[in-house]
Amino acid sequence: MTIRAAIAGLLLAPVAAFAGPSIERVTTPGGLEAWLVEERAIPMVAIEISFAGGASLDPAEEAGAAQFLAAMLEEGAGDLDAVAFSEAAQALGARFGFSASRDSFSVSARVLVENLDESIDLLRLALAEPRFDDAPLARVRAQTIAGIRRGATDPNTQASLAFFAEAFPDDAYGRPVAGFEETVATIDAARLTAAWERHLNRDAAVIGVVGAVDAETLAPLLERLFDALPAAERPALPAVEPALAGGVTVIDLDAPQSTVMFGHAGLLRDDPDFIAAFVMNHILGGGGFSSRLMTEVRQNRGLAYSTYAYLLPLDRAGLTVGGVGTANERVAESISVIRDEWRRMAEDGPTEEELDSAIRFLTGAYALRFDSNAAVARALVGLQRDDLGIDYIARRNDLVAAVTVDDVRQVAARVLDPDALHFVVVGQPEGLADTPIVQ
Amino acid sequence: MRPALFAVPLALIAASATAEPRVTTFTLDNGMEGVVIEDNRAPVVTHMVWYRVGAADEPPGQSGIAHFLEHLMFKGTDTIPEGGFSRVVAENGGQDNAFTSRDFTGYFQRIAADRLAIVMEMEADRMRNLRVTERQALTERDVILEERSQVVDNNPGAQFSELMSAALFKHHPYRMPVIGWRAEMETLTREMALDFYERFYAPDNAILVVAGDVDPAEVQELAEMFFGHHEPSGRPREARVQEPPHRAARRIEMRDARVAQPYMLRQYLVPSRVSGDAETAAALTILAEVLGGSGVTSRMGRALQVEQEIAIAVAAFYSGLAVDDTSFGVYAMPADGVAPEALEAAVDAVMAALAAEGPTEAELARARTGVQASEVFAQDSGPGLARRFGAALSVGLTVQDVLDWPDLLKAVTAEDVKAAAALLRTEASVTGWLKPAADTARAEPIREGVEG
Repeated sequence: MTIRAAIAGLLLAPVAAFAGPSIERVTTPGGLEAWLVEERAIPMVAIEISFAGGASLDPAEEAGAAQFLAAMLEEGAGDLDAVAFSEAAQALGARFGFSASRDSFSVSARVLVENLDESIDLLRLALAEPRFDDAPLARVRAQTIAGIRRGATDPNTQASLAFFAEAFPDDAYGRPVAGFEETVATIDAARLTAAWERHLNRDAAVIGVVGAVDAETLAPLLERLFDALPAAERPALPAVEPALAGGVTVIDLDAPQSTVMFGHAGLLRDDPDFIAAFVMNHILGGGGFSSRLMTEVRQNRGLAYSTYAYLLPLDRAGLTVGGVGTANERVAESISVIRDEWRRMAEDGPTEEELDSAIRFLTGAYALRFDSNAAVARALVGLQRDDLGIDYIARRNDLVAAVTVDDVRQVAARVLDPDALHFVVVGQPEGLADTPIVQ
Repeated sequence: MRPALFAVPLALIAASATAEPRVTTFTLDNGMEGVVIEDNRAPVVTHMVWYRVGAADEPPGQSGIAHFLEHLMFKGTDTIPEGGFSRVVAENGGQDNAFTSRDFTGYFQRIAADRLAIVMEMEADRMRNLRVTERQALTERDVILEERSQVVDNNPGAQFSELMSAALFKHHPYRMPVIGWRAEMETLTREMALDFYERFYAPDNAILVVAGDVDPAEVQELAEMFFGHHEPSGRPREARVQEPPHRAARRIEMRDARVAQPYMLRQYLVPSRVSGDAETAAALTILAEVLGGSGVTSRMGRALQVEQEIAIAVAAFYSGLAVDDTSFGVYAMPADGVAPEALEAAVDAVMAALAAEGPTEAELARARTGVQASEVFAQDSGPGLARRFGAALSVGLTVQDVLDWPDLLKAVTAEDVKAAAALLRTEASVTGWLKPAADTARAEPIREGVEG
């Protein structure tokens, strides 16, 4: 086969069909639902749990509580202190991870199937009976504050914090997930107990499991895992509009390269135009080397090592954002190129050829998201959180393939607004004199 | 003329339903090695070509040329137009990228298994037929300079790591940063990159690794078809200059206004899995795990974080995947108000105690379970397994060495760990501190210079 033949073959190839793994709905005796993919090739089980809410549930004066709680779940539970808990996990070969984001509190576990029961018991202890002892609490607080201080001089963290603070001045989305030094300093055992009630709400959990376990074995294990967690009906949090106006914010940092984050309002995941916007964004600034931004900023001008754009559909607000790192003396040029590309897509849409390439990539690459038990478990949780349906994986490539040039043009005109783009620049950029600058 | 294709027959190295990866190997007539790792869970494949050449093989004055060439490899060939490589991969639903290290350079694609031939043909084409214009090279040089700014110069911790390596290695090229020193990067040319390419990019200097939903016999057939006609270079890389004896401990201190939290890093010159024996490397690996591997249960974690409460974070690390002698690292970040000297003395005390007593049976048992669990979880990542075999073969190990490694780790005894600890010689070490910029009000008087 020659390359010409390979490419000719590709042009004849239909849109990739991908059925995905076969997903089973598991319901526990207590009415808890989980999605399971039974996969026996490897003697392990991956468990992924997401509790809706995350840092959005924390009051302003307790910003950082969700992430603090996540760190404390590894620091002792039941009759095990921090060291004993960690030793117990190591003795089982179990790997537990706890984390918080703007919209969720997450639990990731990978366990050996030979130790499945004992590993679930240990995880149950961490979730249901965390200890919040004084010494580990002080240690985690010091680690968190050290992280916040490091972030305060890290250009990527600075850019992101400033961007979200400007976009959501009066909402939890505008506060760092790690919190502020002042708020973290006030988080004590009582506040952690309250945070535990807020975040580990079994009624707000979605569960994905992949590995060498069947539904019958899994159901009672999950029942045990969740039986001691709080349950509470909770009203949905209100949606919020990003408050971004077009312009540039400069944050001074002595470094040869400016770190830039930019964006404006975008779509929510349940918007009927979301898939068309997803395809549009791929052409404009999606991953890999072929996007318009990569071509114009990196390939043709050597302005940057990386530049990209992505849709960020939070639970309560949609954003379209991007980033670039570029030499201080070339920041103005980079911003101008990015604005021009934004405008060109908003006004003219994509070419047939670009759309065709994007659909080929997105449909073909979908299978790559399902190549490990851990990745499939994360996907199962994502599908449930976004309420896409248990049959979504098999339908998804057809949704992408159905997108037309007109669809992309319309959604680009609806979503992209070059004049509304807000840039946060961390560095010492030159030549931005004509632009409204804050700070 | 196309040489006849008499490849070494497929050898099934390991095949077990669950405990180990299913690995097959072959060697083409022209010396190119192949490794196939079967994983039929999803209809995808990871395709990698590794070259046994990295930043430590660069000519003097051309630091960064291996990495510059890696970027230029995406430009094109006689049959692939500029940007065409990544475009064809993307249009087939694939992802591609590349990486450069001290000892190796790798190119990879993740793609639907039925598209393997497309990426392999292009990878084989650019092994010998790269075309780069002067303009492309100049633009790409700007890109790598921006990459250096983004990855190194915007991050004082990364700048500090560069200085640590430059201080630890007095003579060996591991002292050079992989991305290059900026002043030399600015002088790199298309010709330098192509000379490097001609010298090192050949089938007998390359390893093919394919992991995923594939049939090993078919992979071998494709490899013969696409790579088999390339002539071998007959020139493996030369031995590098080696370190002279290390007789004096070194210290460095870097200060930077962007540093919010000070920390210490110490590195010792130690053997690698290739330059030393594998048993010693296994003992060093377990030593790192017991000393500072798993949070609060490690020796340093328990002593410095839990008991004395003088450290915010600690770690110890060692990777034996290097051609020549490499480094064993120890890291500690002091808690607020703790003097650097006090923390450093406490680190020394923990290391001295472990070197004298060796690990307990419980510590060794936990480390062994950890090794076993890591082996199982490693099976879950096809790309991860492909990287493991590719890196090992690139530095001179064999597939069998990789498969034997977990058993070597599990066989490490307390005496082995004590012997490994004895290899950490103060005279062969650098201790570095990264600190915030000195407060001008409290700045120490400058002692050097002319007194007036």
